Amino acid sequence: MQIFHRSTNTISRATIFGAIFILAAVLWACIQFQRSPYVTYAGVARPQPAPFSHQHHAGGLGIDCRYCHTSVEVSSFAGIPPTKTCMNCHSQIWTGAALLEPVRESFRSGKSLVWNRVNDLPDFVYFNHSIHINKGVGCNTCHGQVDRMPLMYNYASMQMEWCLDCHRAPEKYLRPRDQVFNMRYEVPSTATPVTFNGKEYKDQTALGLDLVHQYKLRSVYDITSCSTCHR
Amino acid sequence: MKMEDIKKSHHEDVCPSKKGKLDLDSARAHIAAVQGPEYWRSLEELAGSENFQEMLHREFPKGASEWLDTVSRRGFLRLMGASLALAGMTGCTKQPLEPIVPYVRQPEELIPGRPMFYATAFTLSGYASPLLVESHMFRPTKIEGNPEHAASLGAADIFAQASLLDLYDPDRSQTITNLGEVTTWGAFVNAIRGPLSTQKAVQGSGIRVLTQTISSPTLAEQLRAMLQFYPQAKWHVYEPVNRTAVRAGARMAFGQPVETYYKLDAADVVVSLDADFLYAGFPGFARYARDFAKRRDPDGNMNRMYVVECAPTSTGAKADHRLPMRAVEVEEFARGLASALGVNAGSGTLPGDPQKFLEAVVQDLKSHRGASVLIPGEHQPPAVHVLAHAINEALGNVGRTVIYTDPVDANPVDQAASIKELVGDMRAGKVDLLVILGGNPAYDAPADLNFADALKSTNIPLRVHLGMYQDETAELCQWHVHEAHFLEAWGDTRAYDGTASVVQPLLAPLYGGKSQLEVAAFLAGQSEPSGHDLVRAHWQKQHPGADFEGFWRKALHNGWIDNTAFAQKTVKFTNSIPPATKADDKVEINFRRDASIYDGRFANNGWLQELPKPMSKMTWDNPVLMGPKMAEAYKLQSKDGVELELNGVKVRSAVWIQAGHPDNSITVTLGYGRRRAGRAGTGAGFDLYPLRASGVGDFTTGVQIRATGEVYPLASTQGEQTMDTPTGARPLVRAASLDEYKKEPEFAKEEEPEPELTLYPGQKEFNYKQETYAWGMAIDMNKCVGCNSCMIACQSENNVPIVGKEQVIRGRHMHWLRVDAYYQGDRAAPRAYFQPVPCMQCENAPCEVVCPVGATAHSTEGLNDMVYNRCVGTRYCSNNCPYKVRRFNFLLFQDWTTPQLKMMRNPDVSVRSRGVMEKCTYCVQRINQARIDSERENKLIGDELQTACQQSCPADAIKFGNINDPASAVSRLKSQSRNYSLLADLNTRPRTTYLAVVGNPNPELES
Repeated sequence: MQIFHRSTNTISRATIFGAIFILAAVLWACIQFQRSPYVTYAGVARPQPAPFSHQHHAGGLGIDCRYCHTSVEVSSFAGIPPTKTCMNCHSQIWTGAALLEPVRESFRSGKSLVWNRVNDLPDFVYFNHSIHINKGVGCNTCHGQVDRMPLMYNYASMQMEWCLDCHRAPEKYLRPRDQVFNMRYEVPSTATPVTFNGKEYKDQTALGLDLVHQYKLRSVYDITSCSTCHR
Repeated sequence: MKMEDIKKSHHEDVCPSKKGKLDLDSARAHIAAVQGPEYWRSLEELAGSENFQEMLHREFPKGASEWLDTVSRRGFLRLMGASLALAGMTGCTKQPLEPIVPYVRQPEELIPGRPMFYATAFTLSGYASPLLVESHMFRPTKIEGNPEHAASLGAADIFAQASLLDLYDPDRSQTITNLGEVTTWGAFVNAIRGPLSTQKAVQGSGIRVLTQTISSPTLAEQLRAMLQFYPQAKWHVYEPVNRTAVRAGARMAFGQPVETYYKLDAADVVVSLDADFLYAGFPGFARYARDFAKRRDPDGNMNRMYVVECAPTSTGAKADHRLPMRAVEVEEFARGLASALGVNAGSGTLPGDPQKFLEAVVQDLKSHRGASVLIPGEHQPPAVHVLAHAINEALGNVGRTVIYTDPVDANPVDQAASIKELVGDMRAGKVDLLVILGGNPAYDAPADLNFADALKSTNIPLRVHLGMYQDETAELCQWHVHEAHFLEAWGDTRAYDGTASVVQPLLAPLYGGKSQLEVAAFLAGQSEPSGHDLVRAHWQKQHPGADFEGFWRKALHNGWIDNTAFAQKTVKFTNSIPPATKADDKVEINFRRDASIYDGRFANNGWLQELPKPMSKMTWDNPVLMGPKMAEAYKLQSKDGVELELNGVKVRSAVWIQAGHPDNSITVTLGYGRRRAGRAGTGAGFDLYPLRASGVGDFTTGVQIRATGEVYPLASTQGEQTMDTPTGARPLVRAASLDEYKKEPEFAKEEEPEPELTLYPGQKEFNYKQETYAWGMAIDMNKCVGCNSCMIACQSENNVPIVGKEQVIRGRHMHWLRVDAYYQGDRAAPRAYFQPVPCMQCENAPCEVVCPVGATAHSTEGLNDMVYNRCVGTRYCSNNCPYKVRRFNFLLFQDWTTPQLKMMRNPDVSVRSRGVMEKCTYCVQRINQARIDSERENKLIGDELQTACQQSCPADAIKFGNINDPASAVSRLKSQSRNYSLLADLNTRPRTTYLAVVGNPNPELES
């Protein structure tokens, strides 16, 4: 006895065939979700006690990164400025600004400002700022154009594939050490050549390979060993 | 294994503790029938028992991987199914917002992310261990020895290192209490002020202060100031493990209580009379271990050590000749030795073996006059110390290897008499104000004095206890003041040679506790004493110059005060050797400080509780140690319950059969059976203090032993993680005598498989030789003294959790580095060897190829990396590890919630969770930091990079470094002919290798 009409055959075939696509689509959606700014916070400004603007301070006033992030050249941790650093200037200028009240309050009471961490790696990753600075990785290579960020957000996904992108081919990103803190650094091109060791470079790969050699970068095998970042 | 056997073993109980007893009859039969292994770790192994065979083939002991909790297997699977589904979901959660909290005013010298190191000192029973303490953002995280201090040379003993855990112990006393109610320092001051002024009127005749042994110059000054303020007050001293006999011996010999210390690097012959000087707790241990080990180089001028001792110790294990002897007989031996060396000491002929041993020692000592040393143990009676002084003088050792100085102890009284007098005064109603500064006399005072009862039943109006814990004594005092930890308070102390150090705090008291110094100064009449000012003022008096500030800064920076070591003293031997007392033949009982928890003060320290004791590898317990023959005579087996009776007092305990223990004698260790220690210590082990009355001292005879018929579970790691050596393979321990070594320097070498030998043809080998660095380690077993310092160092550095007794029994303990003890020869007097076993970092690592998720992989520098966040816990790796060095988090062993413990952890190492495999990584966090620093400075890493175990080794037995650099210390060690790999025939090519043992036996005693 025929329960189903013949036409159901087509439907079931289409369903079986379609299931592959549906599953693939779900998988794709999951992966995209995992990489989306919703999960990684890339490009999303986080709530902060005071609306500190890197654009104004670093870009507009031209304050060097290291004025606040003092330990970036010697330690794994770049350092978050103590309230005192803010007050170095703000005891003189904008002394009455309402936006700065949390800062003054912290200074008066001795209680720390509680910021929300922006560039937040998982706890099982042991990243070290000092060695990246030393090997010619620019601040904005990872942190983006901080000098154009009115409110701070993380520029990259901070996921492992993003780290490995550079660890597998560091020559793609390196720049001369004296350009590390330069927020306006342009990658070498015919329009913006970069001079290093008296030689002019118009191509990132050529510069990168020379820097890898000059800065004694460990081999790609070395810097992709697990214990480089995980321990 | 036959099919029936497999079936049988399936039906057996999965818990090994219930069946892990050694069947002595079958063992005896087995020993008679077959030749056992040359080197053995446990008596089970010697007997080749079935249990042992099974243990050998297992990754973890039987039952370790079973779910034995109250949840049924089915229930567990159901839970797991649900949690798996949820775990999948958690992968999708986004990272929560994480706060970041900067300083308001950042301290100038601080670089966030980099540790700082401060010099300070830890004091145990009056003797200092000079330290360098690592501090992350002003949180002490690791304690190391001060490498520039002559008493440490970089090493710190287990107690000093583990005291870090005490600082963060959540069970520490956190407030002042009055009759159990929380109160304040102000209330205490008000309460005590009245009675103090009343006492002033009667010159303080009702004031009694009880302290432990004190060497702190400032504290002694304050206590003396108090005695001046109240001339009739009395200062009593008591500690259950003390050096009263040593002082009494010195008084008898020289008329004054001099301190003796030894220069072991100048000694060709070392004789120990029951002295465990190569283990933590012996004053000067770190330096002695270094000096002793320096003379164990077979290519140099090797020393020879004889040890006459009762309970087997790690010092005895290092001896070239060890004579097991009841502690009561040691005096007779010393007399024999003295007579033979021309000291008039009465008779001294010993029967049989001891006499032969004695003659050999005498000959050796005679031919090394001025370059030998005789060290008596502190628990031997004064007569033995007098004899030792006489012998050292007769041999011309004084001034060369034996140095006399003023005592380090600021108040060297007879401590047993001191506490007896105090209790007498208490019972006579003479005491109005009793101040107990540290110590726990209600628990550890001589039993017949019944100190607890004296506190309870006499009407002392004011009893004050200062202590780190709300312990047995605090319970019986109206006032309890919480004591500051030594890393929280200012103080000073003296090392074994008298060198003074300022004890510098690393953080403000976590709970606002007071130090002994501050309380003493308060009693001496100062209203708001600050420890810092007191110590500074004391040293300003010693150094009144205008340059005091510089002097003070230098003392703090260096960790010691220049020119404070006591001058060598010339003393005259009065030649009054006490008459001989005849040792009786009744069963002897020895009371010894515990190898892990000392006298009980570290009872709540989990690191120490779980630290396997050097010889028995016992954790969490203090069974009665008994020789194998005696146990047979009593029909006792390990873990059998016994009742000990001494002078009418009965105590229950369990037996542990210890190879090498002399017969007709048993040894118990003190410090266990605490009632109010805290979550780790309360209830662990047996309290043996009730047997120790004032006349008893450290050993006595006449104890009666009765089996109770009970079986008591004991958690010994002896025999767990035994490496399987195939029949015919070379043993894991390789040893030779000096003569054999001279004839055949390559004795430890074996033919190793060709490196290319592989089942995967065509696979290209990674060439480690091309790399800048190839990390490797060499461990000189000839130097290793088995002191366990490396284990605590590793635990502290790598955030290794403790698991508890029950889990140790199941073989789930987590130590990344273990120290295996191997025995060789006769059960009654075996030789013993120590072998520290970290991860071998095999170049052909068997663990890596079986990991299904790539959580363990090789780094280019030869490290066998472990990626915790990738591990899914299949345990295939540990199953495939022939060295059994991998540890699995069967449960959530790490404490993730207690806030204090979070502060203690090393921020450079992941804290592992349940279901994750972990193991030694050669301290990769230190390697990475050193590499980054060296690359920044554009230089190569040299020997300044040390692993935690290497750093803490007092004997300098562990060398780590770059094996691609032929000049590195590790390369030089590995190039020696004694170098060999464990299980080399497996072609794992381990990076950790060992240097074989070369003993220096006396040919006259070799038979």
